[in-house]
Amino acid sequence: MFAEFLQYLFTGITIGATYALIALGFTLIYNASHVINFAQGEFLMIGGMATVSLTAMGVPMILAIILAVLLAGVLGILLQRFAIAPAKQADVVTLIIITIGASIFIRGLAQLVWGKEYHVMQNFSSDEPIRIFGAVLNSQSLWVLGIGAILVVGLVLFFTRTLIGKAILATSMNKEAARLVGIRTQLVLMLAFLVSAVLGSVAGVVVAPITFTSYDIGIMLGLKGFVAAAIGGLGSGIGAVVGGLLLGVVEAMAAGYISSDYKDAVAFSMILVVLFFMPRGLFGAKVVERV
Amino acid sequence: MLKTILRRTGKFAAIAAAGLVMSAQAAEPIKIGSFLSVTGPASFLGDPELKTLEMYVEKINEEGGVLGRQLELIHYDDVGNASNARNFASRLIRSDRVDIIVGGSTTGATMAAVPLVEQAKVPFISLAGAVVITTPVKEWVFKTPQSDRMAAERILADMKDRGITKIGLISGTGGFGSSGRTQTLEVAEQMGIEVLADVTYSGSDTDMTAQLTNIRNTDGVEAVLNFGFGQGPAIVTRNYAQLGMELPFYQSHGVASDSFLELAGDAAEGLRLPASPLLVPDSLPDDDPQKKVVQDYKAEYEARWDSKVSTFGAYAYDGLMLAVQAIEAAGSTDKEAVREALENIQGYVGVTGVFNMSPEDHNGLDADSFRILEVQNGEWKLIN
Repeated sequence: MFAEFLQYLFTGITIGATYALIALGFTLIYNASHVINFAQGEFLMIGGMATVSLTAMGVPMILAIILAVLLAGVLGILLQRFAIAPAKQADVVTLIIITIGASIFIRGLAQLVWGKEYHVMQNFSSDEPIRIFGAVLNSQSLWVLGIGAILVVGLVLFFTRTLIGKAILATSMNKEAARLVGIRTQLVLMLAFLVSAVLGSVAGVVVAPITFTSYDIGIMLGLKGFVAAAIGGLGSGIGAVVGGLLLGVVEAMAAGYISSDYKDAVAFSMILVVLFFMPRGLFGAKVVERV
Repeated sequence: MLKTILRRTGKFAAIAAAGLVMSAQAAEPIKIGSFLSVTGPASFLGDPELKTLEMYVEKINEEGGVLGRQLELIHYDDVGNASNARNFASRLIRSDRVDIIVGGSTTGATMAAVPLVEQAKVPFISLAGAVVITTPVKEWVFKTPQSDRMAAERILADMKDRGITKIGLISGTGGFGSSGRTQTLEVAEQMGIEVLADVTYSGSDTDMTAQLTNIRNTDGVEAVLNFGFGQGPAIVTRNYAQLGMELPFYQSHGVASDSFLELAGDAAEGLRLPASPLLVPDSLPDDDPQKKVVQDYKAEYEARWDSKVSTFGAYAYDGLMLAVQAIEAAGSTDKEAVREALENIQGYVGVTGVFNMSPEDHNGLDADSFRILEVQNGEWKLIN
């Protein structure tokens, strides 16, 4: 009984950690620009697919991962430069639609370059699962959790200890004022896209051994990441992490104890329940209307 | 007077013209129409199918054609969309005036075209899987792939041979998986096999450990069957190995391809599935009637296209060959005669299986045309 519960918990936390990393990407860009970047899932796909194709060409795994993350970062900058920046006066909804367009474009490109097949990636360490109290844990799950934790701590430090991080925060709080004190807000926005692309692609690389990877893996994972971000309260870093883990665990429990048919339904109705009682999400900022 | 002359001349001209048309027709090519999902989500079906049709139409023409006439392949790409399929079927019938249609990569595309071909009375050989295409029998509709019901029968029969009577079922919620699940439940009841656990996963799921744990904790399960398509079954297979489940494990024909072995890796070791002999052409016994056909098709396809042969292409091969055989037996392209000849084809040895058509059976295959394969040392091994 306990082993069963533990098994569902492991499954939930692993997939939840992935959702959390994607949700963090959403949060970052949302904070800097109030745009919900629906191409976030595509960064994840680029990370996984580029790593797989580079290792297939004989590049060592570590180098392949670094190159893949760089590629995603460059793509993030390009996305901001050539799709978001030219439409700077447009309202947020227009920008969101642009990101949807960009995600379709990137997916199409990936399909042309890498084809439509699913690809496998080796586990970072051993293939042997770890047994704890009768439940099994894929060793890759530890990598997902570990790297996820490092990224979260890194982000917190970045935002509280570095000037650039503070500049992003300042821009998110008040763009006009930030510009007045000399922050180049366009540059900040570009940085936000870069960092969230890096986050997304790292998530894509670490989960690829568990989920496989293909040109369209970003659609569903991106959507779940968005749900996680919304549950946690868009714009909140802690919210993204908690929302992601919660979503993953609830999904796994629903699949195990209720019925796998309702797994996705439970996940998506959770967002309704949370937003019904807490319209700003679990950790959403209180917005004070200034008169 | 003048009027009558004119009228007579007119009549004469008409008769002469008709005669000309008739004599021209003798040398005219036999038109084989086709609509396939060459691009789009079902391109893994349509692409090898089109390649196969093109290649063998060419080959037959080089060898002198059929009834002394050349074959002409007219094909459209329905992009996996049923309403496109319907439009193209209509174009094939009305404006291209084809003699026979070999096509329809997906069940959706096939069923969209069925009312049209039934109405226009054109023989139609479908390349899609579902039972509904030929059950109940439709006068003008035939198909070459086995149905998922046969796959379920074949798997459950193999389980019974091993003394397994209680199973756990995990299936995808997509069209293929859910149809397979329904068929499995029906066949299991008939064969006296109990399905103790019945769980599902959706196509985009990335971890099925929870569902498998559920099956593992169900008392009395003696084997597990996964009915699904795409990457899902590969993830199920990996999770199955990670959980250390030792029960006999079966997959459906939906993943009978080498790319599945690549995805699932070592985790696939020991699992069984029903498949076309095309996966194991060289391990077929020498007295197997299909051995030569299968080997030849594989060799010719791979030499021509420089890519791996697929079971789906084989459906097109069988479709084309059945069409050719029927036209030859009918001695003309008269549609009713061809239809009747198709219905009476007995013992045609194809790549997919040995076809025995009848007025009651427009598929002509039985469950035994599936071979049970087991994964051993990362390769397919023929069991029976």
